[in-house]
Amino acid sequence: MSAKSSIPQPMLEIRNLKASIDGKEILKGINLTVNAGEVHAIMGPNGSGKSTLAAVLAGREVFEVTGGEVTYCGQDLLSMAPEIRAREGIFLGFQYPVEIPGVSMVNFMRTAVNEKRKYLGQPEMGAADFLKLMRDRKALVDLDTSLANRSVNEGFSGGEKKRNEIFQMAMLEPKLAILDETDSGLDIDALKTVANGVNRLKNKENAVIVITHYQRLLDYIVPDFVHVLFDGRIVRSGDKRLAFELEEKGYDWIREAN
Amino acid sequence: MVPFIIAESHEIMNADQDQIISQVTQTEYKYGFVTDVESDALPKGLNEDIVRQISEIKGEPDWMLEFRLKAYRYWTTMKLPEWAHLKLPVIDYQDIIYYSAPRSRQPLGSLDEVDPELIETFNKLGIPLDEQKQLAGVAVDAVMDSISVKTTFRDALAGQGIIFCSFSEAVREHPDLVKKYMGSVVPYRDNFFASLNSAVFSDGSFVFIPKGVRCPMELSTYFRINAANTGQFERTLIIAEEGAYVSYLEGCTAPKRDKNQLHAAIVEIIAHTDAEVKYSTVQNWYPGDREGKGGIYNFVTKRGICMGDRSKISWTQVETGSAITWKYPSCILRGDHSVGEFYSVAVTNNHQQADTGTKMIHLGKNTRSIIVSKGISAGLSNNSYRGLVRVSKNADHARNFSQCDSLLLGDRCGAHTFPYIEVDNQSAVVEHEATTSKIGEDQIFYCNQRGIDTETAVGLIVNGYAREVLNKLPMEFAVEAQKLLQITLEGSVG
Ligand SMILES: Nc1ncnc2c1ncn2[C@@H]1O[C@H](COP(=O)(O)OP(=O)(O)O)[C@@H](O)[C@H]1O
Ligand SMILES: [Mg+2]
Repeated sequence: MSAKSSIPQPMLEIRNLKASIDGKEILKGINLTVNAGEVHAIMGPNGSGKSTLAAVLAGREVFEVTGGEVTYCGQDLLSMAPEIRAREGIFLGFQYPVEIPGVSMVNFMRTAVNEKRKYLGQPEMGAADFLKLMRDRKALVDLDTSLANRSVNEGFSGGEKKRNEIFQMAMLEPKLAILDETDSGLDIDALKTVANGVNRLKNKENAVIVITHYQRLLDYIVPDFVHVLFDGRIVRSGDKRLAFELEEKGYDWIREAN
Repeated sequence: MVPFIIAESHEIMNADQDQIISQVTQTEYKYGFVTDVESDALPKGLNEDIVRQISEIKGEPDWMLEFRLKAYRYWTTMKLPEWAHLKLPVIDYQDIIYYSAPRSRQPLGSLDEVDPELIETFNKLGIPLDEQKQLAGVAVDAVMDSISVKTTFRDALAGQGIIFCSFSEAVREHPDLVKKYMGSVVPYRDNFFASLNSAVFSDGSFVFIPKGVRCPMELSTYFRINAANTGQFERTLIIAEEGAYVSYLEGCTAPKRDKNQLHAAIVEIIAHTDAEVKYSTVQNWYPGDREGKGGIYNFVTKRGICMGDRSKISWTQVETGSAITWKYPSCILRGDHSVGEFYSVAVTNNHQQADTGTKMIHLGKNTRSIIVSKGISAGLSNNSYRGLVRVSKNADHARNFSQCDSLLLGDRCGAHTFPYIEVDNQSAVVEHEATTSKIGEDQIFYCNQRGIDTETAVGLIVNGYAREVLNKLPMEFAVEAQKLLQITLEGSVG
């Protein structure tokens, strides 16, 4: 290890983050630290701000950041354009993946991969290598071959869309993956496939934030930390046992306590 | 299938997107250079004497002069049509030069005789006139201002009886064919601009594919306006005899000039029994600057007739240039079982105006037509689709399907659809679908989140939107057209 990196630096550090939309405050002071190699789960009732947090981290401009700081790999995340955040290794698995008619998955992914490579000063990936990578990563999430020739998310079933998100994650090899309710709408087999894909991509250098409504997913993607988000704040943090406790007692328990 | 989010259900057009759009609208036109070449031109203005002089310079036979004069006299009785959804400027027809030719030794035979400046010009435009350097399988007729500079591969084609030459040469060398077909699809009385063209047309391309011959290469004409204050009035005539096939491409550019320039062309296509003609255009005339100054006024009459049974004519157009576009490539489906197709992408930006579409006239039995129109508007532009489907009394079992989609980039541009349907036969099936959409903020963000910047994202999305049409273009053109779409809209997104 070089002298520089001898002081371990968190991958992501969120300090007192506040954000609003149309003047309505959604995130009311979030604090969270994520280190390389960790898996964090964020749970919480509908409308508590989970997707908003994910979107703000990814740089969606419809949300206005009204306070706080976010450091990502030592850089000021909030000053970076969304595409730069992506190229720097932040990946968001969308709760509702967006359809882009007429744009083939191949073209979309090739553009994404090469934009990132260009940014990192790497040469563009040739067609043959790229197609091989596609094949390889599709297999990881059991994505039907023909899917990649179709338009981005257009006509995909709910389950296919979610697998397509993980496929893209596999293509882009992010440092920090934020998966927003990737489990919702999946049957148990699809859930296992998706979880398996995520686990295969997991290593000591990267980190995952899993946003979920249910404890179910956490049987397959085992978190190091569980946080409960309620009304724009993290109100509880713990290890994976917190997820079970939540499952048992329900979100009313949190509501009453706050 | 509803492509994109329908406008009403997606009104999130925030400041960011406006910014995006303002940027897409700010790219420079890259074909705007002027070639410094001497030209021989007639004085400005239009009268019988000018018409006679044009004919004389071209060494035309009397019948051609007569045709021009009839057209001219008729034109003087006509008025500018006003039905299009266009703010038409007042054009002073006496302030235009009707004939201008880059000066060179004549007649042009081998490439050695072409002015190196002109060869360089076409090289810069990506159209090498040297046969060795050309795309395999594409023969080119290069037209600058009023004359054809060079037609390549003509000898190779002649071996199969195919005639591909400039219109002027056809008048001299194939007068019977020209006499027989010229004006048979677009009569000189057809409309204001067709009459004007018939009076003063300078050059253009002539194509004849004999019976049973499949033209082995793409034929293409590249039109370039160079001289200032000059109008371009070209004429193209394509004849496919029984069972013949040809794919023809047309490209156009012009220098950037503050003053508007007039382009009024005629294209006529005749497809005999079992013949097929594919006509593709990538129109990139100078559109004017961001404030709407300058640019080409593009008033074009393009029409084909499916004369024989089972004949087919396909129009594919990608319209990105011109300050004003007024253009309705049409098909007269006379033969039984004949087919007409129209695939169009029209992009307008800044102050551009386009009123474009097609007419499908079903006369024969079991005739079929398909119309796919994709309009993309940005900036302060206006983009209209205007289409007529007419099924006449005898056209039993005629079928038409029309799909007209509009994509709006920003909220200061306009998209309009004017479909006209006239059906005189109960057995006809005519279907029309239309959608209007915007690029969603969510689509842009999804791309951004994958590392794709907004400008590239808009390019991807627009190309995806136009894909159905772009797929109809010959390969070499499709790639060019995709780049062109991206460039035309560059900066419409931040
Ligand atoms: N685009 C938006 N416009 C207005 N309000 C929004 C928007 N997105 C989210 N909200 C509001 O923000 C709050 C948090 O939503 P969200 O982050 O989606 O919660 P969760 O993902 O935890 O279910 C909700 O009250 C929701 O209505
Ligand atoms: Mg959510």
